[in-house]
Amino acid sequence: MANDQVIQLDFWPSMYGMRLRIALAEKEIKYEYRDEDLRNKSPLLLQMNPIHKKIPVLIHNGKPICESIIGVEYIDEVWKDKAPLLPSDPYERAQARFWADYIDKKLYATGSKIYTATGDEQEAGKKDFVEILKVLEGALGEKPYYGGDNFGFGDIALIGFYCWFHAYEVYGNFSIEAECPNLVAWAKRCMQRDSVAKTLPDQHKIIEFVKILREKLGLE
Amino acid sequence: MASEKVKLLGYWASPFALKVHWALKLKGIEYEYQEEDLSNKSPLLLQYNPVHKKIPVLVHNGKPIAESLVILEYIEETWKHNPLLPEDPYERAKARFWAKFVDDKCVPGIFGTFAKVGVEQQKIAKEARENLKILEDELGKKHFFGDAKIGFMDVTSAWIICWAQIVEEVVDIRLIDAEEMPSLVSWFQNVLEAAPILKECTPPKDKLLEHNKGFHEMLVASAPS
Ligand SMILES: N[C@@H](CCC(=O)N[C@@H](CS)C(=O)NCC(=O)O)C(=O)O
Ligand SMILES: N[C@@H](CCC(=O)N[C@@H](CS)C(=O)NCC(=O)O)C(=O)O
Repeated sequence: MANDQVIQLDFWPSMYGMRLRIALAEKEIKYEYRDEDLRNKSPLLLQMNPIHKKIPVLIHNGKPICESIIGVEYIDEVWKDKAPLLPSDPYERAQARFWADYIDKKLYATGSKIYTATGDEQEAGKKDFVEILKVLEGALGEKPYYGGDNFGFGDIALIGFYCWFHAYEVYGNFSIEAECPNLVAWAKRCMQRDSVAKTLPDQHKIIEFVKILREKLGLE
Repeated sequence: MASEKVKLLGYWASPFALKVHWALKLKGIEYEYQEEDLSNKSPLLLQYNPVHKKIPVLVHNGKPIAESLVILEYIEETWKHNPLLPEDPYERAKARFWAKFVDDKCVPGIFGTFAKVGVEQQKIAKEARENLKILEDELGKKHFFGDAKIGFMDVTSAWIICWAQIVEEVVDIRLIDAEEMPSLVSWFQNVLEAAPILKECTPPKDKLLEHNKGFHEMLVASAPS
């Protein structure tokens, strides 16, 4: 697959985009990264994801793959000779998919209440968020990674949120490490990998990004 | 796989359980079925799906799998005969994309039309129609999303047509316009007719309708006014 052309339409703070960036890095695939302005989406984005008009979109030899989890799975299926992301056992694969789905259904929507809501709604969001993180910490158990001994699909689904942790903590006035020490230890373990360390933006950049968002919402 | 034990925890009127029945039947897998009382969940269900506490749960040799789409992928990977997903990774990604689209966009629209009232209801019904139209355009002239034969997306999602029609009848709001969405109208029927075993394990529509009418009355009665 030497002549593959891969383009990634993305937006730098997106934890969904980070999933694909990490998967591509794990597989050592060369690609062109294009940062989108989401208030002024490029014609290419609208053409490649006409249904949702969202990033990330992976464009492989001209064909778009939308939805980050589906994209990670696609990457794993196409470039299957290197760094397998999903485990080979069907039951373990099902576990990985279950947690990725859980993350997609819960984490972003709940976590964003911490910096976009105020008062009771913010408090409720924080409480739910911590509960979700504890469930995720429980799922990790004593294992080093979600899939067991090796970094993989479940880790990729979640780790992008890690660079947002500081923003949640600052605006929610709590410590994630105090609530979920094992989860934070796992995140630090993942950060030792090049694919993750090079992908995740600095936590302070995310805080600045959230601050601008809050200014727009009239919260700052 | 001689001593395999496969068990499904479900509820007769649940479309999420129905798709698991369909997949198991299409693969010709023998399984035991346990009906759950959702107002009084069994300890087994709470033990097997502690996170969501929902059916369906598939239990294979003692190991539980929850979430219908995850279960379908598991079935597909464990019993590889009569494949539902195509081989080509891009086509697989497409099938998954549409199954997710239905779950994320169409299902909340159809269920929301059922559960909400007033302006909210009109709003969500409109969104449901828009999303169903997107699905119609994707299906186009084809019989199935799997093209010539029934595939992953048909098994995971065709039920929404039957349920949308039930919702239409219960709340008297149009969701699927026969003229605008002719392919969707026949889609569910095409799937049922693809194999007699599918029809056999699908609850009759009038029974579902009656059940959902009762359910809707309960919802309305308990709603804050
Ligand atoms: N389920 C999608 C979520 C993608 C998503 O939410 N993208 C956001 C940015 S993080 C977006 O593009 N938003 C633009 C918009 O909604 O207009 C995935 O996993 O890829
Ligand atoms: N996303 C789930 C949805 C399953 C679901 O909503 N199940 C309902 C029955 S149709 C249930 O068990 N409800 C019980 C409850 O919510 O307490 C799936 O695809 O399996």
